Amino acid sequence: MPGATEPDRQACRVFVFWESMSTPGSVGIVAPQTMRFEAPLALSSGASLASYELVYETYGELNAARSNAVLVCHALNASHHVAGIHEGQERNPGWWDNMVGPGKPVDTSRFFVIGVNNPGSCFGSTGPMSIDPASGRRYGSRFPVVTVEDWVNVQARLADALGIERFAAVMGGSLGGMQALSWTLQYPQRIAHCVAIATTPKLTAQNIAFNDVARTAIQNDPDFHGGDYYEHGVKPRRGLGVARMIGHITYLSGADMAEKFGRLLRHKDYGYSFGIEFEVESYLRYQGDKFADYFDANTYLLITRALDYFDPARTHGGNLVRALAKAEAKFFLASFSTDWRFAPARSREIVEALVANGRDVIYAEVDAPHGHDAFLMDDPRYHRAVAAYFDRIAREVGA
Amino acid sequence: MNLRDDLKLIAGWISPGTHVLDLGCGDGALLAHLRDAGNCRGYGVDIDDGHVLECIRASVNVIQADLESGLRMFRDDMFDVVVLSQTLQAMHNTEGILREMVRVGKQGIVSFPNFGHWKHLISLAGGHMPVSPQMPYQWYDTPNVHLCTPKDFEILAGRLGFAITRRALLADGQPVDWAPNLRATVAVYRFEGR
Repeated sequence: MPGATEPDRQACRVFVFWESMSTPGSVGIVAPQTMRFEAPLALSSGASLASYELVYETYGELNAARSNAVLVCHALNASHHVAGIHEGQERNPGWWDNMVGPGKPVDTSRFFVIGVNNPGSCFGSTGPMSIDPASGRRYGSRFPVVTVEDWVNVQARLADALGIERFAAVMGGSLGGMQALSWTLQYPQRIAHCVAIATTPKLTAQNIAFNDVARTAIQNDPDFHGGDYYEHGVKPRRGLGVARMIGHITYLSGADMAEKFGRLLRHKDYGYSFGIEFEVESYLRYQGDKFADYFDANTYLLITRALDYFDPARTHGGNLVRALAKAEAKFFLASFSTDWRFAPARSREIVEALVANGRDVIYAEVDAPHGHDAFLMDDPRYHRAVAAYFDRIAREVGA
Repeated sequence: MNLRDDLKLIAGWISPGTHVLDLGCGDGALLAHLRDAGNCRGYGVDIDDGHVLECIRASVNVIQADLESGLRMFRDDMFDVVVLSQTLQAMHNTEGILREMVRVGKQGIVSFPNFGHWKHLISLAGGHMPVSPQMPYQWYDTPNVHLCTPKDFEILAGRLGFAITRRALLADGQPVDWAPNLRATVAVYRFEGR
């Protein structure tokens, strides 16, 4: 409910809670689990993580043939909490609760769905806020740079530990879609279907530029302390807030913002000041503040860098067709007409390379007004297409 | 599966194991039939949300795209056969799509309603635009912008330098031998670029 006033937003959350509790479509109350890994993880950068923990959630039941597992990969600011609610936190349903649940497009009465928090994130898995066993201090600036490929390797270790040899599908939107795509290249035999929504084979210069502005805002905040702000008992809230503001602008479409806010003023007339006068300013500040409350600045740097670095064609002379040649999965891709951050043209590049390789692919280009955020929203055409595709997956894997 | 008459005929023209691109593939019936009966592989292209959904349900590879913007997504000679069934008459860029078909495929197949059917002529003589099972639209709501007769198509094909390798003029699903220009409801052509 972007654009709503705070009381509306509260009402909306209560409604979401009420709805998720009263309809058969929610997985209900879920609890995250933690798994510890002692074997060192070699990273793309050449560095390694000596040991680490992953926080994850699961929904539904793994069938006897272990053929119905679906991995859901998260994007920038999300986590392992994909669906359902946590005890006592009814206002925070999982970030893809409209997609995952009994009777929902990814039907948990048929599939065993896993959400996992990637290392480097700030929602429980080992990240910059964790204690570095080598020094006994928080990692902070010393947490190694991680890549999409590193995350996929970690996810494969979790799959090993859970006894899943092959996923029925790996699924994600945006940065999550990059992970799903990378699965088909890193573990081609371990993924039957790749479901990649609103994603791209690599960021454009414009996209990297947005990330750079966000990182610069964080790094220039006096409370950043080179990434070791934990030791100073502060948080670069202002930088993080600005990072979120610019990110948020790029996730919405111009038309969407025009419709939600237009030139609406908070007061009757201009105040001839530099305070918050327009509704859109109020909304963005609110989003920035809220984000600074729950997100970690080092995580923001790490995850945006992982976005920047992802480019599977890079090791194939920039040739995406050759890069995707080793994929064996079947693909479902979708994009949204007004998404200018991960535009339909970027998804079409992937489709084009898959067709050139003769891979099975379905591509839906959904005419939707909500920009990049559309991948998280309820859109009947989008959800019907995903549901139909997962129905097919269920038939193929005996889910 | 119950295929439309022109699709049944087109399916008969496509040999097993062929790599097919079906433009304006609708519910994916032709591709599903070719896959199940002829071990063919391929892709459909359609712009309509409902059609894309039907293709997903039929496990047919479908790419949601507007044919008017061309087939840039596909490389030269990528397909053995490119099919455009009952869609040519609704294309704005008629010549463009025909050229694209022979660029990405070794052979092209088109089907379209015969505007010269005698019932259409009677409608016109009676002062009305024709409305028929092949063209079930009123003049004000029709998607058809480039209607033609078999002879008209052959002239364009010649102008584009295509070699027509096969032709069928159908009425009620059967070939029409006598007075086909008047009696055929649907025309089907196979061609190659030269």
